[in-house]
Amino acid sequence: MEQTIIHREQRTTRRTGALKNSIDYIRRNHFLYWLMAPAFILTILFKYVPMYGIVIAFKDFSYSKGILGSEWVGFKYFDKLLNAPNFELIFMNTLKLSVYGLVLGFPVPILLALMLSQLRRARVKKNIQLFLYAPNFISVIVVVGMLFIFLSPTGPINKLIIALSGHPIQFMAEPEYFRSIYILSGIWQGAGWASIIYVAALAGVDPELHNAATLDGASLLQRIRHIDLPTIRPVMAVVFILSAGGIMAIGFEKAFLMQTALNLPTSEILPTYVYKVGLKAGDYSYSTAIGLFNSAINVILLVFVNAVVKRLNEGEGLY
Amino acid sequence: MTFKHSRFDRFILGIVYILLTLAVLLVVLPLIYVLVASFMEPTALLNKGLSLNPADYSIEGYEKILSSKSMLHGFLNSLFYSAMFALVTVVVSMFAGFPLSVDGFVGRRFFMILFIITMFFGGGLVPTFLVVKQLGLLDTVWAVIIPGAVNVWNIFLARTFFKGIPKELSEAAKVDGASEARTFFSIVLALSKPIMFVLALYAFVGQWNSFFDAMIYLENSKLYPLQLVLRSILIQNQVSPEMIGDRLAQAELKRLSEIIKYASIVISSLPLLVMYPFFQKYFEKGVMVGSLK
Repeated sequence: MEQTIIHREQRTTRRTGALKNSIDYIRRNHFLYWLMAPAFILTILFKYVPMYGIVIAFKDFSYSKGILGSEWVGFKYFDKLLNAPNFELIFMNTLKLSVYGLVLGFPVPILLALMLSQLRRARVKKNIQLFLYAPNFISVIVVVGMLFIFLSPTGPINKLIIALSGHPIQFMAEPEYFRSIYILSGIWQGAGWASIIYVAALAGVDPELHNAATLDGASLLQRIRHIDLPTIRPVMAVVFILSAGGIMAIGFEKAFLMQTALNLPTSEILPTYVYKVGLKAGDYSYSTAIGLFNSAINVILLVFVNAVVKRLNEGEGLY
Repeated sequence: MTFKHSRFDRFILGIVYILLTLAVLLVVLPLIYVLVASFMEPTALLNKGLSLNPADYSIEGYEKILSSKSMLHGFLNSLFYSAMFALVTVVVSMFAGFPLSVDGFVGRRFFMILFIITMFFGGGLVPTFLVVKQLGLLDTVWAVIIPGAVNVWNIFLARTFFKGIPKELSEAAKVDGASEARTFFSIVLALSKPIMFVLALYAFVGQWNSFFDAMIYLENSKLYPLQLVLRSILIQNQVSPEMIGDRLAQAELKRLSEIIKYASIVISSLPLLVMYPFFQKYFEKGVMVGSLK
């Protein structure tokens, strides 16, 4: 009550008065600002100071001189990246891995949700969801560890393959299998969990709508097409834009863990390269430049995909 | 359904049931395989694979794991990191979420924009690493706990929750002469247990399953969380000598390395997999509130 009155007063007074009012407000409600302090300090320290640190991408950073004292070198490191012999390969690896991942991974949660919404018995539906969500709680290390076990030359899958064809397949050593393994295991782990948001949207559909449609002779597929799909379309648009915007920001962790010396021709992507150049080789400026390049492409993609979806989706985008 | 399905609809429904069953099997079978394999006798597992013969079962894998110091340290470290991380996350998010939910809070726009920007821009790997290093946090437990503790989603989650609490409650307390601080701690927070629980759950699970910060910030292997210990066993194929015993014979290593992998997967993943069904509705709640801004 008190606060809303102050709020109104602020709007009506002139600027100098507003400043005085603000100071007054802060003085009287200093407790609120104390509450804000931890998040504020941590955000400045671990988010904004590193953002300032990006300038080392344009400098020859050395420890002894510090960020401020290091020499400016302009776009030297970006030139270095664009002219690196393996740049094209790494760039395309990054792009392919995420575009394929998006195209194959995006529809699965939607299909799962549409199928789950056909189950009328709540108990059955809940139990199925329980199983489908489970892999989300397994760590990426364990998932990749399981891949190594299952796909090893002596593992269960190769035992089957040997029985059929006689020759084991070196899944983790052949570059051609890396993307499929990465994407399919990603779907295995994440699709169930990703379906939650669609399941919830579908649960909001009035059952009467379906009943009325059935009475009018609509088939199951027609009801899905004309009732269920329009319901989840806004959610689909947002999820799609967000994942497309994150296309170049694909998880570093799993690709890094799945890398073997032999599958590098397809498994080396920009984020793993940033890690190797920066923290392994200690080339801080170069690594920061690669990271910045990667983020810049991301932002461009986000804006682009948002525009496209907006056009296709009757003016409804993320922003 | 009160209406009868047409024949074609029943055909489609049949396909739906079959596909869902397949999906469940696809998810569950690998997990069951690991669970069963972890109870096999190591030599039998190597030679025959899974078998149904009771004679082929043993708990040797678990004996080796449970006698391993690095595994035990990792487990305890992870427990500590996850609990601390959950605590810090909850405190920071609840504290920051409250002022943002107060009508007329001066500076709300400033703080909101400050937080939202971090959702889209960041410093990246090396600059963040340099900050942690400059602060002297390298190779300390704080490097794992503190930098990730501010999360914009969590703050907004808390804020949304606070907005749903009837204002009359805190106003009544103020009329009774309670200070701002007292109102916040004894009324607002007391009403916020569900959201605190959701935040803590997410933070705990996230930290339990993560390894990246620990990998780049920690050198001392005594500080390693469970996931890093698992990484050396599962991915780098380094079974520590203490698990094999004094005889570092190659044959013994070969005999045990498989079973140790299976058993360590079960030991590290089972706690979450067994617990999560009880908290399923809270996890789902987190996803839903998070998606509504």
